[in-house]
Amino acid sequence: MVLGGFIIAGNAIGEDYNEHEGGSIFRRRLDVAPVANEAYKKECGSCHFAYQPELLPARSWRKIMDTLDNHFGDNAELASEDQKAITGYLVATAAENSRYKASVKMLSSISPDDTPVAISKTPYFVRKHRKVPVPMVAGNPLVKSFAHCARCHTNAAKGSYNEHEVNIPGYGRYED
Amino acid sequence: MNIARSIVLASLLAISVPAVARAGAVDELMAGYKAAGGADFSAGKGQAMWNAPSATVSKSGTPMSCSVCHTGDLRKGGRHLETGEPIEPMAPSATPKRLTDKKFIEKWFKRNCKEVYSRECTVQEKGDFLAFIGGK
Repeated sequence: MVLGGFIIAGNAIGEDYNEHEGGSIFRRRLDVAPVANEAYKKECGSCHFAYQPELLPARSWRKIMDTLDNHFGDNAELASEDQKAITGYLVATAAENSRYKASVKMLSSISPDDTPVAISKTPYFVRKHRKVPVPMVAGNPLVKSFAHCARCHTNAAKGSYNEHEVNIPGYGRYED
Repeated sequence: MNIARSIVLASLLAISVPAVARAGAVDELMAGYKAAGGADFSAGKGQAMWNAPSATVSKSGTPMSCSVCHTGDLRKGGRHLETGEPIEPMAPSATPKRLTDKKFIEKWFKRNCKEVYSRECTVQEKGDFLAFIGGK
């Protein structure tokens, strides 16, 4: 009964970053919330992984949404009502408004003078991935770039980036 | 017996609903294009333009065309040129949801014409494209 109580308490989502879970079988904590906005998933998630808004500051999302005609080299323009609605969602759910430790760590790694548009180029992300060999990502036709989170992070869509869940296509499980 | 009949009915519905939606979406768009000056929409012209290289060149130096990402065979799946992301076949015979949603169609015309031709497509060109895709 008491153990059950601890398990339930431990499952309080977003309370702790699960970096060093070390194989705990009782608790699964999320790094960020799974995306719950259907318009964002449909419009943005149809071409690439639907990055959780908690992973960037609000100003980054505004910049991305203001420059959809040149979205990483593509034209991703939306009908204006969709652009407004999705921007609203992203800004409201951005890192500054998130309780997740991944958001805090992400934000503290970004200089206030910077407005990064690529999650994979933020200092926090680069630090977390610096030991991953190039042949496994850029040199791997099944992955190609760090922008494709879900190709290796098997539970990315659920909001979990736990390294124990990583399975690199063509290579298998990976842990630092 | 009732179960078998329900399955047959459900299958017929699944096939016919996209077809009905598609007829509606394409008819409405083409009516709009005609009102704006388009005429005699031609699958042949649509196909020719689909495959013709544009003056616009990709990041990697490839002259752009619709077929660069979507392939020239609409029944085949395509790939995004830079990311490699798969694109479902354009042919409604292969992908039933194709040409059923006017907003979706116009959204992609705007994006892709700007990427391929560095301009929006004319109503004539859009009508020709719809005639081409709709027949596949």
